[in-house]
Amino acid sequence: MRPLTEAETRVVFEKLGKYIGENIQLLVERPDGTYCFRLHRDRVYYLSEKLLKLAASIPRESLVAPGTCFGKFTKSQKFRLSVTALDFLAPYAKYKVWVKPGSEQSFLYGNHVLKSGLGRITESTAQYQGVVVFSMADIPLGFGVAAKSTQECRKVDPLAIVVFHQADVGEYVRNEDALT
Amino acid sequence: MAAVRVEAVLAAAEEQEAEKRRSVTVEKELELEYDLGNLLAVDRNPPVALRGAGPRREELLRALARDNTQLLVSRLWELPVERAGGAGGPLVAQLPEPSFRLPREKPRPKPRPPTRWEQFARLKGIRRKKKTSLVWDEQAKEWRRRWGYRRAGGDPSRAWLAEVPAGADPDEDQFARLRREKRERVARNELNRLRNLARAHRAGSAVAAAPLHPTGHQDRDELRRVARVARVSTASLGRFQPRLPKESAEPPSRNAGKKRRFEPLLGNLAAERSRQLELLRDMGSKKPVLDITRAVNKQLRQDEAEAAAANKGKKQSKRGKRGRRQQRPGRSGKKSGGRRQPQQQKRAGGGTG
Repeated sequence: MRPLTEAETRVVFEKLGKYIGENIQLLVERPDGTYCFRLHRDRVYYLSEKLLKLAASIPRESLVAPGTCFGKFTKSQKFRLSVTALDFLAPYAKYKVWVKPGSEQSFLYGNHVLKSGLGRITESTAQYQGVVVFSMADIPLGFGVAAKSTQECRKVDPLAIVVFHQADVGEYVRNEDALT
Repeated sequence: MAAVRVEAVLAAAEEQEAEKRRSVTVEKELELEYDLGNLLAVDRNPPVALRGAGPRREELLRALARDNTQLLVSRLWELPVERAGGAGGPLVAQLPEPSFRLPREKPRPKPRPPTRWEQFARLKGIRRKKKTSLVWDEQAKEWRRRWGYRRAGGDPSRAWLAEVPAGADPDEDQFARLRREKRERVARNELNRLRNLARAHRAGSAVAAAPLHPTGHQDRDELRRVARVARVSTASLGRFQPRLPKESAEPPSRNAGKKRRFEPLLGNLAAERSRQLELLRDMGSKKPVLDITRAVNKQLRQDEAEAAAANKGKKQSKRGKRGRRQQRPGRSGKKSGGRRQPQQQKRAGGGTG
């Protein structure tokens, strides 16, 4: 376990910024405690200082996961956000997409969101903007990338993809082993 | 029966004898080249065909080796011999001087840079005085070494008298002082020796100045190395140099190429937080406002408005003057009303977006 280098921090913040914009500082500086990012076996974890001090005394081979895993660095040093970060992204998301009840299950199985399943979308969402997907009852389901901007979403035909799927809470059941 | 067996045995024995004798003389097309000083024999005959041999390869090779060794050994026996260690010792051949130059085993040693003393001596013009290895010792009345075992001045560890020098403290232990000074001298010498070594080592690994100018024939790694050297060769050691377009953002660490060093795990968390906030501020300031989206939306709205206006105009002109006069009182009201609503909605949506 080690702190992130400056380059790595920059990459992680850029990725997070795509979803939550400048609200990252609410993650970095919190009123209820000191939280920090640490790297353990190519995965980025978000944990409190108290937990960090406890985890520091565990040998590296035995340590499975300190804190919440936000994502991992691939072999070519690209950062991939995973669904375990959803709890922290959802409250601060800038661009949200609400999915109709009928196609919730489809999204939870890993499919993209079609225009027919689109309930609401935040105004002025740009194309390829990172979005967080909610159900109509405001429960965060996952996140993705907007395939069309809001204006285009209105005019496109019902079977076109409007949100590319990136991660969903169904992965907790499907890819149990891949999450830490 | 017995006769046959005896004959067979005799024939076999004779064959063995002949083979032994045959094995001493070897026939070769070309004579071998001998370098007896190195115990070397070079066989320039065309090699035995190994490809077509198949399973007999081992045998052929062994026969070839045996023949060549036999020739070399027979030459060795022709050398002048002597008895080593007087009479009764083993018979030893006197090898001539080797003629074959063997290549270097290790690379040629690099000339080391001069030490600090050597530089000073060169500057001042001091030359080395040739010292005699033996010194006349008056006390012992014989020639003794300058230093080392049984040196000229007597054994310093057995010196039983140590005079108190003129201005020294009378209570000071002179023997302890001598020992301490010797220790300090040794330590200082060792330090200087290591410093000279380090200087030599550093000088050897530094990049020479000539390849700093781009020639067009340098490969990528060389250019990268040279660029790094050039960046660091400023008064502030490259701290305020602007980056090249595709250069990495990390400052060159002190142990470049060796082990990576990271921040401590539980270091100053407040400092880490402030660094991250500053990084966020830098990242945020450079991000441009979403002009592109706004421009695209504006364009779309304009297109929609134009399209709607064009539709309206086209439909009216199709019906003609008569149609317009007929349509206006009754049905046109409904149609225009219906058409206006979606337009209004769209404009409202475009306005807030």
